[in-house]
Amino acid sequence: MARTPTLDIDAMLADRHTRIVVCCGSGGVGKTTTAAALALRAAEQGRRVVVLTIDPARRLAQSLGLTELDNVPRLVTGLAPEAVPGGSLDAMMLDMKRTFDEVVLAHSTREAAEQILANPFYQAVSSSFAGTQEYMAMEKLGQLRARADREGTWDLIVVDTPPSRSALDFLDAPKRLGSFLDGRFIRLISAPAKLGGRAGLRIVNVGIGLVSKTLTTVLGGEMLRDVQTFVNALDTMFGGFRERADLTYALLKEGGTAFVVVAAPERDALREASYFVARLEQEGMPLAGVVVNRMQPQAAAGLTAARARAAAEQLVESGRPAAAAALTLHATVADLAARHRNVVRRFTAGHPSIPVVEVASLAQDVHDVDGLREVGRRLAGAG
Amino acid sequence: MPSAPEPVRADGFPGVRLHVVTGKGGTGKTTVAAALAVALASRGKRVLLAEVEGRQGISQTFDVPPLPTTETRVAGGAHGGEVVGLAVDAKTALLEYLQLFYKLGRAGGVLERFGAIDFATTIAPGVRDLLLIGRIYEASRRRLDAKHHRGSLPEELAYDAIVLDAPPTGRIPRFLSVGEEVADLARMGPIHSQAGSITEVLHSGATRVHVVTLLEEMPVQETVDAVAELRALGMPVGAVIINQARAREDVDPALDAVDGDAVDVDVDLATDLAADLASVGLDLPDATVDALLDQVREHAERVDLEVEQLAVLQDLGQPLVTVPFLIDGIDLDAITEIADLLGDQGMVP
Ligand SMILES: Nc1ncnc2c1ncn2[C@@H]1O[C@H](COP(=O)(O)OP(=O)(O)OP(=O)(O)O)[C@@H](O)[C@H]1O
Ligand SMILES: Nc1ncnc2c1ncn2[C@@H]1O[C@H](COP(=O)(O)OP(=O)(O)OP(=O)(O)O)[C@@H](O)[C@H]1O
Ligand SMILES: [Mg+2]
Ligand SMILES: [Mg+2]
Repeated sequence: MARTPTLDIDAMLADRHTRIVVCCGSGGVGKTTTAAALALRAAEQGRRVVVLTIDPARRLAQSLGLTELDNVPRLVTGLAPEAVPGGSLDAMMLDMKRTFDEVVLAHSTREAAEQILANPFYQAVSSSFAGTQEYMAMEKLGQLRARADREGTWDLIVVDTPPSRSALDFLDAPKRLGSFLDGRFIRLISAPAKLGGRAGLRIVNVGIGLVSKTLTTVLGGEMLRDVQTFVNALDTMFGGFRERADLTYALLKEGGTAFVVVAAPERDALREASYFVARLEQEGMPLAGVVVNRMQPQAAAGLTAARARAAAEQLVESGRPAAAAALTLHATVADLAARHRNVVRRFTAGHPSIPVVEVASLAQDVHDVDGLREVGRRLAGAG
Repeated sequence: MPSAPEPVRADGFPGVRLHVVTGKGGTGKTTVAAALAVALASRGKRVLLAEVEGRQGISQTFDVPPLPTTETRVAGGAHGGEVVGLAVDAKTALLEYLQLFYKLGRAGGVLERFGAIDFATTIAPGVRDLLLIGRIYEASRRRLDAKHHRGSLPEELAYDAIVLDAPPTGRIPRFLSVGEEVADLARMGPIHSQAGSITEVLHSGATRVHVVTLLEEMPVQETVDAVAELRALGMPVGAVIINQARAREDVDPALDAVDGDAVDVDVDLATDLAADLASVGLDLPDATVDALLDQVREHAERVDLEVEQLAVLQDLGQPLVTVPFLIDGIDLDAITEIADLLGDQGMVP
């Protein structure tokens, strides 16, 4: 049986063709940590990197110097003295509402922009629509890439993805918002007169009558009017929006992009990772590989769980509780490590061609540059 | 390890019919919600366990086929108790709703074709959430059908309790206040009035919002934020459920002796441990003994972190309930085990 290839992080980061790395995965698995650790490692190996983080833990944000929420990249100090010269790291935290507002401001007249920003429907969509965060992450990625191309600021962009219920949301959400802005329904409610007036569309006419009547009764006339104002005001920007989203989406299919899927060593998490991997393939998006994060490391491998348990019992009987406890702890840790290895083994057996790297759990949370550097080392295969 | 102040104990939540279970993503909402439903069913309750995120978490947890959009029994309990699962789907809920209020045979299809159903269920702010909660609200008020349950009084409710595997903490305040939000956006009409009734139930004594967390910085921070927001919204907060706790009553007290912090005692610790092990015939290489000590130290570090975070949670003043990290992972036996732990700690009457 062929051995599963190892995900070679250092080769990926060293390859100058790699311009974008996207870290995705389901909630809480370590996407933000992995993104920041990869970015730091690349910077210390001489690349000029910007990392776009989304909702990092507060202590991690602080140690990256992200204290101001100004939606622009900031230089991170504290690269290792022995780092390859020429490298640099900028980091930023995505502010989704602000990013949306900026797009509105950039694409409309002042007057129109004010009207949109004040619209209750816009406010709801820009701050709470499930998918807006993904969409704005893409928008920001597009902006960073444009700036990198224009000013030569960065040669690598590392992107974190929002804490979504599923990794697939990152690919689906922008499209969902896009199809809303683009949709038949929106055109219909924003300009019912135009569409309905056209000859030869009798069936459509009946439909529209029914639709708007029902919506008015169900939602109330005012909500519909707010929606209409919002849509009409945004109308001029639609082209711009879509174009940009399409461009960014295309970027993700380029050879210079590498998707890193982060997963926990749990059956469900890895099952979800495999859906995501299949989906990337379907979309023609280049997968670098899967990071199985927070593996229980195997320590004192010479002592099996069974033997440790048996000895622990004897130690309790002979009145040596501390040593007994140390062995009991060892037995459970060894069992957990074995279970993690098993889960990963099953995954690799089912997906023999997907490069995988295992990252052992640190004893502490990862909340500073040293911690990130250690995760980076482990990502590169050091355990 | 430092001992923590006495935590508040949950009182079994008498009179509560709707248990909303939230928490940061991946902390164990689905696991805890399922265990809570099982705990209630084991007390003879008819329980509806509902999920709203289209994840099929309930069917995976109970190891049954994917749930249809109708209520389906997933487990039995003692004394006639049972757990009925429901994966609420916004689209189905909207069509049912339109049918119920407007008898829209054909219009439903037309709405669907024009993308209006998609619009309402995915994009129109709040409407989706309102539909999801509305569906649960409807189930909570439904009466038992006397024909099918002979012997029960006709006015008896179909469910004694409802457990909602809710959206994560980041979305929960908005999800639960959707009644108010939609009432504002849709200022008239049936949606407006239904939104009002839902708001009332969610704020009543019959509802509790429980928050699941890990004893780690980020989930604890999210828990503190969510509790503050929920309180500000006047929503009744229930227990904070600490899941996947690493601290272990069986080993931690004894380990205090081995996890000495000072570096210069390491040699002695190692010698002592090696001697103890040798006394039962375990002659291990020095490296293995050192590795065992490292393991103890790492564990102690984790537990210290947990103690720090526990103090933060205790300051909230909500009842705390603890579920240990189960190294074999979550299967049906584990759900039963957690259900018992929840029962022992006052999560059910
Ligand atoms: N290898 C590791 N060892 C120890 N702790 C880790 C490791 N990787 C991540 N963590 C910790 O796990 C927690 C979650 O990590 P992180 O925030 O990166 O996850 P995420 O996938 O971005 O979560 P979300 O979906 O909420 O955005 C953090 O507290 C982090 O410090
Ligand atoms: N007490 C526990 N011990 C061990 N593993 C656990 C425990 N509780 C939950 N898990 C595992 O943790 C993972 C997340 O749990 P679960 O799916 O219940 O979380 P969730 O909050 O519902 O996640 P999501 O936000 O993705 O819906 C699962 O793999 C589950 O099996
Ligand atoms: Mg994150
Ligand atoms: Mg869940």
